[in-house]
Amino acid sequence: MPSFVITEKCDGCKAQDKTACQYICPNDLMALNRDLMKAYNQEPEQCWECYNCVKICPQQAIEVRGYQDFNPLGANVIPLRGTDSIMWTVKFRNGVLKRFKFPIRTTEEGSMNLYGGKPEADMSKLKSPGFFNYEARKE
Amino acid sequence: MEKDTCTFSYCAKPEIVEHDTDLLILGGGMSACGTAYEATKWAAAKGLKVTMVDKAATDRSGAVAMGLSAINTYIGENKVEDYVRYVRADLMGITRDDLVFDLGRHVDDSVHLFEEWGLPIWKKGDDGFSLDGFQAKEEGKKALKDGGTPVRSGKWQIMINGESYKAIVAEAAKKALEVNRQATGVAQNHFERVFIVRLFKDANDPNRIAAAVGFSVRENKMYIFKAKAIALGAGGAVNCFRPRSTKEGQGRAWYPVWNSGSGYALGMQAGAELTLMENRFVPARFKDGYGPVGAWFLFFKAKATNSLGEDYCMNEEYLADARAKYGKYVDKMGTAIRNHLMMLDMKAGKGPILMNTHHAMDAINKSFTEKLGEKEGKKKVKHLEAEAWEDFLDMCIGQAGLWASKNIEPDKTPSEIMPTEPYLLGSHAGCAGFWCSGPGDIPGTPADWSWGYNRMSTVPGLFMMGDIVGASGHKFSSGSHAEGRIVAKAAIAFILDNPSYSPKPRRSADEMAAELYLPFEVYEKHKVYSTDPKINPNYIKPDLLQTRLQKISDEYFGGISTWYMTSKTMLEEGLRQLAMLKEDCSKMAAADYHELMRCWENYHRILSVEAHARHILYREETRYPGYYYRGDHNFIDDEKWKVFTCSKYNMETGEFTMSKRDHKNLYSD
Repeated sequence: MPSFVITEKCDGCKAQDKTACQYICPNDLMALNRDLMKAYNQEPEQCWECYNCVKICPQQAIEVRGYQDFNPLGANVIPLRGTDSIMWTVKFRNGVLKRFKFPIRTTEEGSMNLYGGKPEADMSKLKSPGFFNYEARKE
Repeated sequence: MEKDTCTFSYCAKPEIVEHDTDLLILGGGMSACGTAYEATKWAAAKGLKVTMVDKAATDRSGAVAMGLSAINTYIGENKVEDYVRYVRADLMGITRDDLVFDLGRHVDDSVHLFEEWGLPIWKKGDDGFSLDGFQAKEEGKKALKDGGTPVRSGKWQIMINGESYKAIVAEAAKKALEVNRQATGVAQNHFERVFIVRLFKDANDPNRIAAAVGFSVRENKMYIFKAKAIALGAGGAVNCFRPRSTKEGQGRAWYPVWNSGSGYALGMQAGAELTLMENRFVPARFKDGYGPVGAWFLFFKAKATNSLGEDYCMNEEYLADARAKYGKYVDKMGTAIRNHLMMLDMKAGKGPILMNTHHAMDAINKSFTEKLGEKEGKKKVKHLEAEAWEDFLDMCIGQAGLWASKNIEPDKTPSEIMPTEPYLLGSHAGCAGFWCSGPGDIPGTPADWSWGYNRMSTVPGLFMMGDIVGASGHKFSSGSHAEGRIVAKAAIAFILDNPSYSPKPRRSADEMAAELYLPFEVYEKHKVYSTDPKINPNYIKPDLLQTRLQKISDEYFGGISTWYMTSKTMLEEGLRQLAMLKEDCSKMAAADYHELMRCWENYHRILSVEAHARHILYREETRYPGYYYRGDHNFIDDEKWKVFTCSKYNMETGEFTMSKRDHKNLYSD
């Protein structure tokens, strides 16, 4: 399941017009209760457990509780996403703990030199195979 | 029932925003990001405007939003022709070789760009073991484009550290759009959280595409995007059939739950011709969590058996029966056939079907210890175990959670696998979509496979990409990105060839608004009639619309509850019920923007499913055993049905016109 928001930790991303989790959820699930200034998952049965809200939350206020129609209770999977790698802590129902760290990117976010060192588009080749920077393979 | 109309007597009329562009990209996933990157370069010469509209946030939208642990299409040291053969064999003999070859000859450059942009790609170490993206960099391994050796999990697949795959590809697309803004002086060309409901044709040219109309999911604004060409990459269709999960687990669809059939529905409403819409994908995945099995099969060499330890793919009795019905396709052992054989064991009560991860890990343990000695061997095994977990944590975190919930450690316990509910898509291992023009330069291409602009549908100016290009599956993430780039070039060529065209949509803004916001009007008008707005005889809320669709699909169109079995009589009854569901869409009710999107998403699902059912009805054979069966035609009939089934939907009458097109291999078997 569904992501859930820990009451004590969520500050509603105050001072912003929408919360980070509302901004990122691919399925438009996260909503803000304006009376409480706390976020919540408004449609848990449409949650893919993609963890994007968990990863983006500046307060680490969001976790995921397994779908209860098939997950026994007691486990959790918690990420800590940094700038170049992500750490995962997997806690089993029986208490077994596993920790992993994986790379996520080899360049600094925002540093991309998008078209640098690449040719301009050759308009005479607009209707031929290939890309502006690449000749299509023959075989 | 009394018909409701929207006169904005009960709900507020939205602000109407008109946006003019040259090339309009609908969607924000891999193909859409590819279009933005490539189009910006070709648009520069004439100062053409490029605009992208995404229903979510592009950083994490589309099918790669969670991440991926592998790139499934990288040609590399292989031949493009062999890629064509592999795709055709897995899709039961009927694919468009021109589209598949064209994809294959372009795809590697997109993978090279991903690596340049920062995607960590595994490389083979000097000792033959794998290095992750960081280790490879530290050891000075070359980039793929410079001849670096990837870690192949299968012939076409390469392993990556792909948690941020989509964020990286989105960053490039967003920068490209920024470059286009600077070149054209347009203030905004990237719209997030805008859901497109309909495409409109041109007032002066009734066949030509002119505009896309949608609404903001955040504020009371309707958008009319007028464009000279549209690149449609709005994804396949998920949650159309009753899922195996019974409650909140239905979010854990195998394919992204937000793929709502918009790609199909938008093109259908514009009258674009569909092909092979009977095709579907029923992946066999880890039960309930739907975690990927590819790495376990291909990389760790795990075997799936029934609970008696027998390999169902070797059961001579099953094979003989399958050969009698489905002929030569059985021995190619494609994904559909393996599903078929697995289900025979399940029906015989020999389940659960198990992926023997523990045996695979045992074998790896032994071989590593023999090769490297106890200490170094153990280290490598630990690394491998982390790689197995990464496979889930990169792309299906819920499966890692399920293993942890059930105390499953893959080196100790096998895991159950199971065929899922059906999915409609054309970029993964399926090929349901639109009939598109091919590149035209592949020798032997029939005349009706190419009409000048690559990936253009039968509607001038409307281009298809990713999940909705028919008869060309197994593109996956990299192939979809490359296809988006192919579309960018072709669409720019189309725009430049038609310089005087000025799009004028056939409907007025007020008429469009009345259509799009009807679910608000219906809700506001009737909600006070009952004490609980959830239960009201005057309307249907989007969640129940979806539930009813899923029940009809499941029971009549070959879902899980009939073991994927259907027939003429079943299909016809289902279509009768679907017709009433479609009528009830005029009573859709939404209390907020979120529900308004859900209403139209489910309407898109309904249209996608109707096309699917009509195609299954038309094709009087069982082309895809293991995905669905026609009980009344339970065989493959190559003489009569090795053809492309095609259809056109008439939005005004609601009728489908069915037809066939000849199939041809452009490359020998």
